[in-house]
Amino acid sequence: MSELTKLTIAEARDALRRGDVTSVELTEACLAAIDAADALGAVVHKTPELALERARAADTRIKAGDAPGMCGIPVGIKDLFCTEGVPSQAASKILEGFRPEYESTVSAQLRDAGAVMLGKLNMDEFAMGSSNETSVYGNAVNPWRAEGSNAALTPGGSSGGSASAVAADLCLAATGTDTGGSIRQPAAFTGIVGLKPTYGRCSRWGIVAFASSLDQAGPMTKTVRDAAVMGAAMMGHDPKDSTSADLPVPDFEAMLTGDIRGKVIGIPREYRMDGMPEEIEALWTRGREMLADAGAEIRDISLPHTKYALPTYYVIAPAEASSNLARYDGVRYGYRAKLSQGDGVTEMYEKTRAEGFGAEVRRRVMVGTYVLSAGYYDAYYNRARKVRTLIKRDFEAVFAGGVDAILTPATPSAAFELGKTFDDPVQMYLNDVFTVTVNLAGLPGLAVPAGVDARGLPLGLQLIGKPWEEGELLNIGYALEQSAGFVAKPAKWW
Amino acid sequence: MSIDSATAAKVAKLARIRVEEADLPALADEFNAILGFIEQLQELNVDDVEPMVSVEPMRLKRREDVVTDGDQQAKVLSNAPDAREGFFAVPKVVE
Repeated sequence: MSELTKLTIAEARDALRRGDVTSVELTEACLAAIDAADALGAVVHKTPELALERARAADTRIKAGDAPGMCGIPVGIKDLFCTEGVPSQAASKILEGFRPEYESTVSAQLRDAGAVMLGKLNMDEFAMGSSNETSVYGNAVNPWRAEGSNAALTPGGSSGGSASAVAADLCLAATGTDTGGSIRQPAAFTGIVGLKPTYGRCSRWGIVAFASSLDQAGPMTKTVRDAAVMGAAMMGHDPKDSTSADLPVPDFEAMLTGDIRGKVIGIPREYRMDGMPEEIEALWTRGREMLADAGAEIRDISLPHTKYALPTYYVIAPAEASSNLARYDGVRYGYRAKLSQGDGVTEMYEKTRAEGFGAEVRRRVMVGTYVLSAGYYDAYYNRARKVRTLIKRDFEAVFAGGVDAILTPATPSAAFELGKTFDDPVQMYLNDVFTVTVNLAGLPGLAVPAGVDARGLPLGLQLIGKPWEEGELLNIGYALEQSAGFVAKPAKWW
Repeated sequence: MSIDSATAAKVAKLARIRVEEADLPALADEFNAILGFIEQLQELNVDDVEPMVSVEPMRLKRREDVVTDGDQQAKVLSNAPDAREGFFAVPKVVE
């Protein structure tokens, strides 16, 4: 049965349609794999009964014919998505016990397409982190281990549970969200594919908000083809999100020809960082060669404001977070602190938020409060918004010059040990150095597994596309995937 | 530009997050590390640059000014830590 969980979405879809397998069989196989994988800490709320109920409904629908591609496919949903009647905590104590009365638009679209939710997946608290170490549920663990080592590695973050679950074949695919790299960095750390769509492609409605001008949901899958299939099912206009784009979603899968002859791929010189490991440099060179061999034109480009992206992000994201997280006050949902005799409403707020938020969330909310406070608004927040304009202009100039996509490393290293850099927030923030520019500019980004390092750990490359051109981006990613031929799987230890 | 314990206390108060007196110096140090990191933004000349308000140039949609939902008091209150008689309940606000 365990072979079933190794299927890709496309393989499972075709097998379901041929009648070779049922959704109930696929779902049972995944549920068994999940039950045997508690050591990974990936699935934090299991929903087996709901899953089997949906799987049975999917089987009926598939038999009747004309079922969508996602029908009957077992997937995991990041805990950041509100799911009706199912705990949705954003991995925070402050949302303890919260069971939404509604379903997020993205998870509703997947549900309505017939996808089967297996459970909720671990993540950094409120998606703030790059190692899945800020979760109230405890760490998610990477199924990969370095050769000759038993050290527990991070699956990355914030979508660490999603990455771990997909890489370990607990589910066929998972949803993630990406505010500064939270889909692409964990995908790279676990040898899977992660797509962050253009800002506005996926509705944010019903997804617990972190930084609303940066947040975007996307698929985390085993292949680029699967990202095309699942991504299309997640996207589309939603009147309930005022920033949702009213644009048609193309058939991305039909655009996967692998033909990228004549496409211009930009290589930004500013992404060559001091102290970047040689293996990352070598992988990037290899990626360039693979795309050139496939007929693309490789062009050196400049994105001059790159070095300012991280500091810009660490003003804008905390500022928006401090505003978004003001709603957690112990009144309407979730946790309320035990109060002492004589405590008033202010004490209730202050104690609830001190006890309900973890250290990193408290830190970012307070940094955000500071940069928005009277006297500092212009010096920090407004200045960061201006620099954000400059960062976006860098990309616009490059695309206007004829570049179709940009190739960079996905991360500055392979997965690191849990517990290693958690104490130094600034060091941790550097994980996002190659991905965060993409959120600031609202562009689509795709992480594709492209090789392993000397210790056998997966490494990913990132492709950055033009706004709304996910189809072209996925096709270039498909060509890269074909050339890289990444087939390594983690050895099962859990 | 350096943050001291008094400023840290003020920020914590604004954020409505209780921080014990003894923890304020460490919090101020953390703020300073992060602010030191974002200080680089001061190097750039941004005089004639518009601050970004929307990453993709989209006009926000308008809709008819009509009631589209409501009348779901039980659902609204279902997750409240303390709900009584159809209201959210909180400690006494007015003295």
